[in-house]
Amino acid sequence: MIDVQRLRSDFPMLHGKKMQGCDLIYFDNAATTFKPQAVRAAVDYYYTDITCNAHRGDYDLSYTVDQAYEGTRERVARFLHAQTNEIVFTSGTSESLNLVAQGYGRKFLHEGDIVLSSESEHASCVLPWMKVCEERKAALSFIPLDPSGHIDMDSFRAQMSDRVKVIALAMITNVLGYEAPIQEICAMAHSYGAVVVVDGAQSVPHMPIDVRKLDCDFLAFSAHKMCGPTGTGVLYGKYALLDAMDPLHLGGGSNARYDMCGNIRLKNPPFKFESGTPNIEGVLGLRAAIDYLDAVGMANIHAYELELHHYIVKELLKMNHIIVYNPDAQSAIITFNVKDVFAQDAATFFNANGIAVRSGQHCAKLLIDRLNTSATIRASLYFYNTKAEADRFLAVCAQANMQSCLDVYF
Amino acid sequence: MSELLKDPMVLRSIIMDHYEYPRNHELQDDPQYVQKHMASESCIDDIVVQAKLAEGKIDDICFDGVACTISTASTSIMSELLKGKTKEEAQQIIDQYFAMIDGREYDENVLQEAVAFHTVGKQANRIKCATIGWNAIQAILDESEE
Repeated sequence: MIDVQRLRSDFPMLHGKKMQGCDLIYFDNAATTFKPQAVRAAVDYYYTDITCNAHRGDYDLSYTVDQAYEGTRERVARFLHAQTNEIVFTSGTSESLNLVAQGYGRKFLHEGDIVLSSESEHASCVLPWMKVCEERKAALSFIPLDPSGHIDMDSFRAQMSDRVKVIALAMITNVLGYEAPIQEICAMAHSYGAVVVVDGAQSVPHMPIDVRKLDCDFLAFSAHKMCGPTGTGVLYGKYALLDAMDPLHLGGGSNARYDMCGNIRLKNPPFKFESGTPNIEGVLGLRAAIDYLDAVGMANIHAYELELHHYIVKELLKMNHIIVYNPDAQSAIITFNVKDVFAQDAATFFNANGIAVRSGQHCAKLLIDRLNTSATIRASLYFYNTKAEADRFLAVCAQANMQSCLDVYF
Repeated sequence: MSELLKDPMVLRSIIMDHYEYPRNHELQDDPQYVQKHMASESCIDDIVVQAKLAEGKIDDICFDGVACTISTASTSIMSELLKGKTKEEAQQIIDQYFAMIDGREYDENVLQEAVAFHTVGKQANRIKCATIGWNAIQAILDESEE
């Protein structure tokens, strides 16, 4: 198991910060995570000791940065069980998903083709496909959810056909925190010749991932949701697919040769996708984050988060005035409401008690059809959260009602 | 101002009352009404405010939408305060309300129940909720001058 108190000492944000006069409890880890000292040190190291461009110079310093930058690519590949040339650095999950939609979808989708997503996806997973489908006259269809909010696998099987070319899904959804059976979906998709694009923003930071075992075609995630810097992310893609698709941007660094007659020869993947000076500090920070997470152990992180999640849900279910929408989620996300209190008002009450949670409205169809509410509160955990924080959170939940939620203004 | 309006319990009950029983909470299907859709970019609030303006006066104000306690109650109170006022009178009340929200001096007598929001800035991220309906009516008045 993991020694949470020892790990917490690595995070400056966990050293006695206050919010509204109370000890800060950060339960908004699905939005972003705190950074350990080692990540800051890696970013500092780049600016203090080895500043220069990557892939550019003929001098030692440039060679050092290059080694560090490309070393991170190897490190990410090892983390995901991928090949090094299958790792593309991006600005984050959203850019990674847009890259697949624009670079792959726009090139290979035709009129009458179908892209399948689900009713519970994040905008970054669906909107890029909406746009591309409109352009290519392809159809975007949604796999319905069963009454509990899980992907309905029977409907999915019924929807599969030779016309389905792309399936875009989150491995763990950001609202309900349910895990989609990606491995099973990939096997089914491949039997019809479709590719599967996985939004890993809420899964990669929390559990061991093996892209070979999942057999997904693309996987996107962000560094900042896994203790790394903002503005950095990854697209994993099977090499043959990366090779076939187009980059989002053209420019220095991605072309091998070009001439004034308009002939461009792009570099091989992953370099053809990375034009311009990359986010070097972010990539080096990501490496430190992965080293940190691996030292803790992804399986340990997952197990600890589930234990904390199950404890909180068990206690919340005893409270008659709290509605939990995803009690059986096997992830770090708890979605709930305080009965008769609008989500945003309840979130302010948590703020007044030093607890950071997120209120949000979600895809109307998902929430109105399945959950019967227009907004919910999301508490999302990470491995540095403690049982003591959970108890304090539960005590605040117990006090939450319309009156207490308004008292915080006076 | 009445001493009652200094009591937090009273102010809280004013907000609750306007949230549970919002006034003028039904949109009109009438071309004489102009409307403003306010969708907050940073939170959930998404409301429509309608006003019927005639001869320099606000004859009616109504609103609807998905909104939290603070935005629903503040918009409900706004609709009661400004209904029937001339544009000039309404502008004066709006100015006093924003003065209060910004922590400047303001005339409590003009604002009446709207003083319930005088400490909303303690939860800084909710100031936008307390002003969303007021910004809507300001926009409607501004556009009526064009």
